[in-house]
Amino acid sequence: MSAEFAHARHERTIERSLRARAVLALGPATMLGGVLWAVVQPYRITLLHPFGQGFWWLVGGESPLYVVLAGLVFWRVVAIPLAEDMDAL
Amino acid sequence: MPRAEMVHWWFASGFLMLGLLAVARLLVGEEVWAMRPWRRYLLPGLMFLMGVLLWPVMTFYTNSTIHMIAHGSWAQVLMLAGGAELGLASGKLRSQWWRLCTALTMVVSGVAFLVHEQQHWLFARAAFLHHVLGWTLLVGAVFPLTQAFRPRSRAAALGFASVLFAISFLLFADRDTAAIFGHLSPYAGVPHR
Repeated sequence: MSAEFAHARHERTIERSLRARAVLALGPATMLGGVLWAVVQPYRITLLHPFGQGFWWLVGGESPLYVVLAGLVFWRVVAIPLAEDMDAL
Repeated sequence: MPRAEMVHWWFASGFLMLGLLAVARLLVGEEVWAMRPWRRYLLPGLMFLMGVLLWPVMTFYTNSTIHMIAHGSWAQVLMLAGGAELGLASGKLRSQWWRLCTALTMVVSGVAFLVHEQQHWLFARAAFLHHVLGWTLLVGAVFPLTQAFRPRSRAAALGFASVLFAISFLLFADRDTAAIFGHLSPYAGVPHR
């Protein structure tokens, strides 16, 4: 393998690795956003003060937790397989 | 029945997921994205599903004709965009011009937001968000429009993903009755928690 070709391939590998890390970071960054939102507006999480709340407020009123859940699902279902595929290339 | 604001938050979660998928696809490129066949269907499938789920919203949450038409048109165009993208993902549709369906979806949705909001910008938070959502969608339609002409444009793909995140943010900010920048019309009702 010529040095020039090896260098170009090494650079492509580094770029792929950076992109894989960026994809892997999307999920945790989203989850962190949800946690920060919950800290700033704790009243948006009904589970923290559940007494007197109806069913839908307890199930459907947890918007910061939805952000955390979206980040978690994305990370587990999409980001990790994507990073594996990038490594496999 | 869940409150209308909760339904907005559920759809906000859907748009957040759409935005994450769009950014991930942009980061890894089409070649890697298509390595697992199921992944090609994630984004268009979710769009189509959200269109289907807008039908019960139209049925159970609209209290006027104009609201019903607005929600019904969202359901139809979101299903159209999702269906077109599904066809492209499966290879059954080949022309890039099918991507214009997404631009059409955003234009129709934006117009529907602006037309069916009868109150002025600072009437209440919901009214403000309707105006902002309408204009965001109308202006944001330039990105899928660009993608139809230049499918490999990374700037257009990034812009489209940004619009999805913006819609998610705006829908999460929605409340049934709440002030916006300190303004709340006495006709809007009594704010709760």
